[in-house]
Amino acid sequence: MSAPARTSPPPVARGWKFERVSNPSLAAQILVPIASIIAALIVGSVIMLMAGENPLGVYREMFDGAFGSNYRRSETVVKTIPLLLTGLGVAVAFRMRLWNIGAEGQFYFGAVFATWVALYGLPSSGAWVVIPAMMAAGLLGGALWGGIPGVLRGYLGVNETITSLMLNYVAILFASWLVHGPWKNPVGFGFPGTVVFSPATYLPTWGTTRVHLGLVFGLIAAVILYFVLQRTRWGYEISIAGHSERVARYAGMATGRNMVIVMLVSGGLAGLAGMSELAGNGHSLQRELSPGYGYTAIIVAWLGRLNPFGIIVVSFLLAGLLVGGEQIQLSLGLPSAIAPMLQGIILFFLLGGDLLTRYRIVRVSTTKAAS
Amino acid sequence: MSDALTIGFLTSVLAAAMMSGSAILYAALGEVLAERAGVLNLGVEGMMLMGALGGFAVCSWTGSAELGVIGAVVVGGLMAAIHAVLTVSFQANQVVTGLALTIFGGGLSAYLGASLVGDPAPDRFSRLDIHLLGDIPGIGNILFNQNALVYVAYIIVPSLWLFVYRTRPGLNLRAIGENPATADAMGLNIARQRYMYVILGGGFAGLGGAVISLATNPGWAENVTAGRGWIAVALVIFGTWNPARVAAGAFLFGAVEAGQFRLQGINVPVSSFFLNMLPYVFTVLVLVFSTLRTRRLRIGQPAALGMAYVREER
Repeated sequence: MSAPARTSPPPVARGWKFERVSNPSLAAQILVPIASIIAALIVGSVIMLMAGENPLGVYREMFDGAFGSNYRRSETVVKTIPLLLTGLGVAVAFRMRLWNIGAEGQFYFGAVFATWVALYGLPSSGAWVVIPAMMAAGLLGGALWGGIPGVLRGYLGVNETITSLMLNYVAILFASWLVHGPWKNPVGFGFPGTVVFSPATYLPTWGTTRVHLGLVFGLIAAVILYFVLQRTRWGYEISIAGHSERVARYAGMATGRNMVIVMLVSGGLAGLAGMSELAGNGHSLQRELSPGYGYTAIIVAWLGRLNPFGIIVVSFLLAGLLVGGEQIQLSLGLPSAIAPMLQGIILFFLLGGDLLTRYRIVRVSTTKAAS
Repeated sequence: MSDALTIGFLTSVLAAAMMSGSAILYAALGEVLAERAGVLNLGVEGMMLMGALGGFAVCSWTGSAELGVIGAVVVGGLMAAIHAVLTVSFQANQVVTGLALTIFGGGLSAYLGASLVGDPAPDRFSRLDIHLLGDIPGIGNILFNQNALVYVAYIIVPSLWLFVYRTRPGLNLRAIGENPATADAMGLNIARQRYMYVILGGGFAGLGGAVISLATNPGWAENVTAGRGWIAVALVIFGTWNPARVAAGAFLFGAVEAGQFRLQGINVPVSSFFLNMLPYVFTVLVLVFSTLRTRRLRIGQPAALGMAYVREER
């Protein structure tokens, strides 16, 4: 069988075109996030200029507030801890393309469980008993709250994005009810919140800073996750299922069960973040325990390329952004909402910049048309 | 509790349901358009917030709620344009881009709106009683004693249904979401159409925001939408991407929301924290129910939903 003779040459695109790159270079993977942050700061400054602010002054104040002295750097590390743990949790789920955006609720549920241990479960135990018990409770509470959307998705196919997000509101309302009602400090001058925990529950801190043992939890979790995700059969199954659920199913992997496990781990890490924030920093359950760590965690995970070590670096940078946001609220009287605004823009540029890592621009040679 | 179930109580709850449901309704209709075109936009919450702020700000400057609505639609459309650029042109992950849009919209609206918090609204959409129709006992009070933005929905829902199921452009819209490669071969410009519907969807989300800031609770407060944008996304699934079913769902949600406030008003012995959970718990339950139902009836989401369309890779 002979191919039909071509009557005209194939159409040739002239000029430039995108060509898909199978393996993005490491340089591109590091440069694009950095360029995204810089571009976001520029766009952010345009918005601030339009709002009548001096962006350079704002940025200087933010940077100074976050990294300007040893004490301030240590405060940034304090905020790194919850972002690191929740970011790792979100990343595990995102690896499987499970869009768990319920880290905020899982954080609060972990904190609620840990509070129960501290105030009612083991109120007079020593540190070596109560701290591990609070950790277990935090993991359990978060895992439970993450497990609900996990089971619904894994076995019934219910969209986990919406269920996990809705459960945030439920968890926060539940925690608010506790601190306004049954768990309210009777001598708290009417302020909602539990009594301050016994000092046995306090996580050890580093020197004179407020940096606490939660940092070690986060770093250990990052190392363990790295090996589980990169070096184990289960980690491999997760990323296969992330690329194509169908392929994973045909290969005989239990995707439904894996989804539940991933959501348990993801929620558990967020719950541990809630526990460590309580035991290391807050020492009493309050409605304001998290200024939205669970949402920032989404940015942390994506900016860190869902890589545990990348997430360590990024959580520190974004903690700086949060601390800087608080600083401009204190010193310049500006809304701290500048921080989430910038987070959103950073993510936009990162998402757009991904095209540059997945594709490269090549020049298409203009072949002469045989006429 | 005895007066809780009287006819008067019921009609007042249902009338309030129309009003609070319409904010979610507009946002959900916009999402129907975007998802029908194959683009998942999880930025509804952010677009609604910016729409609510934009609507209130324009209303504050001009003193006109009608101009405020136009402002809200434009702002919502601009927010959606970011999503369109990233997901259509840059082929970015639609889920994460939508999340970014929600985070950005929340932050930007809180930042830009900080000086407007607590300002009184110079103008608002108040109830317009339609004569004769409004006098029909029961139904008249529920349907025809509403604000203008609710009446607009009475026109938009059936026209959108007709558009999607009974017109040529509507057929094209469905084709783009189901099988963009074929639609491309038919000569449709996929990128242009997707841009159009995503931006139009954002305009609807902005309008939904304006319902809140100019009609249901006039004014601006940080995070005033309180998750309604997400409920709208869930409603699209509940409504199986059909404008008429989505409208029915929005009314149901409006009823839950209105009922919850009324129950708080008559001092039921349940903490307000638990009553406030109702819309969110209800959303989860409804989502479970509608997922099982769509599975059984095999009415799925648009087949190409969430996927970027690249010609060379079809």
